[in-house]
Amino acid sequence: MVSRGQKFLERFYIGFVFFLLYAPILILIVCSFNASKARTVWGGFTFNWYVSLAQNEEVMAAVRTSLVLTFSAALIATILGTLACIGMTVMKKNSQSAIMSVTNIPMLNADIVTGIAIMLLFVRFAGLGMMSMLAAHITLGVPYVILNVMPKLKQTNRSAYEAALDLGATPTYAFRKIVLPDIMPGVLSGFLLAFTISLDDFVITYFTKGPGINTISTMIYQQVRRGINPEMYALSTILFLVILVFLWIVNRIQNDEPQAAEAQAKGKVAA
Amino acid sequence: MQAKELIHLENISKSFDGELVLDELDLTIRENEFLTLLGPSGCGKSTTLRILGGFILPDKGRVIFDGQDITNTPPNKRNLNTVFQKYSLFPHMNVEDNIAFGLRIAGKSDAYIKDKIKYALKLVNLDGFEKRSPLLLSGGQQQRIAIARAIVNEPRVLLLDEPLGALDLKLRQDMQYELIRLKNELGITFVYVTHDQEEALTMSDTVVVMNQGYIQQMGTPEDIYNEPENAFVADFIGDSNIIDGIMIRDRKVEILGVTFDCVDTGFGEYKPVDVVIRPEDVVLLDPGKGSMDGVVSHIIFKGVHYEMEVTAGGFDWLVQSTVGHPVGTPVGIWVDPYNIQIMNKPESDDEKAVGVEE
Ligand SMILES: Nc1ncnc2c1ncn2[C@@H]1O[C@H](COP(=O)(O)OP(=O)(O)O)[C@@H](O)[C@H]1O
Ligand SMILES: [Mg+2]
Repeated sequence: MVSRGQKFLERFYIGFVFFLLYAPILILIVCSFNASKARTVWGGFTFNWYVSLAQNEEVMAAVRTSLVLTFSAALIATILGTLACIGMTVMKKNSQSAIMSVTNIPMLNADIVTGIAIMLLFVRFAGLGMMSMLAAHITLGVPYVILNVMPKLKQTNRSAYEAALDLGATPTYAFRKIVLPDIMPGVLSGFLLAFTISLDDFVITYFTKGPGINTISTMIYQQVRRGINPEMYALSTILFLVILVFLWIVNRIQNDEPQAAEAQAKGKVAA
Repeated sequence: MQAKELIHLENISKSFDGELVLDELDLTIRENEFLTLLGPSGCGKSTTLRILGGFILPDKGRVIFDGQDITNTPPNKRNLNTVFQKYSLFPHMNVEDNIAFGLRIAGKSDAYIKDKIKYALKLVNLDGFEKRSPLLLSGGQQQRIAIARAIVNEPRVLLLDEPLGALDLKLRQDMQYELIRLKNELGITFVYVTHDQEEALTMSDTVVVMNQGYIQQMGTPEDIYNEPENAFVADFIGDSNIIDGIMIRDRKVEILGVTFDCVDTGFGEYKPVDVVIRPEDVVLLDPGKGSMDGVVSHIIFKGVHYEMEVTAGGFDWLVQSTVGHPVGTPVGIWVDPYNIQIMNKPESDDEKAVGVEE
């Protein structure tokens, strides 16, 4: 039996840990609504920083760059990653696990190493700019897509795909109609994760960006270096909230799955 | 007169990872035939069926369909349809869309498709199931839908890979009768895979007994049951007493030191053979009245008959009889010469019965 006291301690401990984890961000969010420019003085509640943010051309350019870059990188990473997964399913077990380990490297590798490596490559062969950033962000996203799609693809049953071929479907049609709907939750959460990772990346972007181009994160970095600017608190808050929403959606997608499977199983028993 | 030859698997060989799964398999399937591939798990039945369906390319040999070589034709271009073991329905489509899948690809009109769905559902006894989700159907219903989905395309051949394997006994028996009825109504060729000998004997026109990638015997269910060609077939089809014997001369065989009369000839003199006697063919008499004496060592009641083990001549005879004797009863054993089946000893390991300890 767990006593009431113990229960309270448990709750308190968890609350405390979460408080420590999120205190910095909480302060950031509070500061973004602070009318006073000083970090330590509360000058009243205001939306001013958000308003001036929207009017700042430099900031808006960075937001646009970020959105275009992140969206295209996530999209391309999703297509590449999904195709890679399909390729891997027909491989032998050994080659499959070898490739899986290799794809994990960009994820585990220190960002700074990946960043410098891609920078060197592009400086040598192409020059830095939107393309090098895109390439870097795709590299960043592909492992997350593979990690999300592969388990789904392994779960899909081959019989359904083969049945489609058997009924006259070409392999492409069978994939589109039968396999894709099955792995869609994995593809979607892969895409959202790739999007999130790409959106909040700073290190790799910093090394691979061309002169004069800024994403939201490199922009914040530059501005904060110049001095205190509550507009950047506002921008950071928005970035945080956007990413929070994305992760929440990913979570929802992943959690819905087992429930759906359970419902299926129940249905089977009932019928 | 025999029906026209429809499919010829011509000397098919197939290896997986260096392991030979099918070895020069040669098989002819006739029009309108219910042919069953029967054998223990892992003997290559599914591989044979998948080569027929086009999902696996053979390493060697050809697949001839109606006179044409279709060895390299992809599955979507073959005029045959498959019913898989289980879970092959498209989970995110309702029953109607599942059944319509092949017809839509073939570009049939909506009216035609609607008619076909209705007809097929009636045929598999699931009228009115159009809008159901396959996920909410029982195993038996799912397999019926899978069958409906296959037959609406009017294939010339229906391939079925252990389609009843996941069902319980009662449902399996019902479905067996339905499959026979279906086959007769449709008038198409069925190629059926199972490891269940009873299922094979019940449904088939022709049974092909396979083991380790070889065809052991092919024939009508009666042939296979009554005249197994080797110890493997005898052992696999029902329980049998398989005893080492010596053919002394024509019509005389020595088993366990006793000479029995039989009807087989042409084995030569003093030739080692396998002797197969079905348990229901062993007759128990009073001691001294039979060919040899023994003692009942085990008995269980099986509903229709008793199954007994009788130790005689150092061998445990499996005996089935409607009359039971308590354990310890001395009995005489007698076998009608017609019921003694003599077989040559296997020449290769592949013909040996699996599961028979040496
Ligand atoms: N795709 C495959 N890859 C490797 N081995 C396989 C494959 N398919 C079948 N096998 C092997 O081939 C043998 C025969 O399999 P199968 O034809 O499925 O047997 P059955 O249907 O008679 O049980 C088995 O030993 C199985 O492990
Ligand atoms: Mg099989």
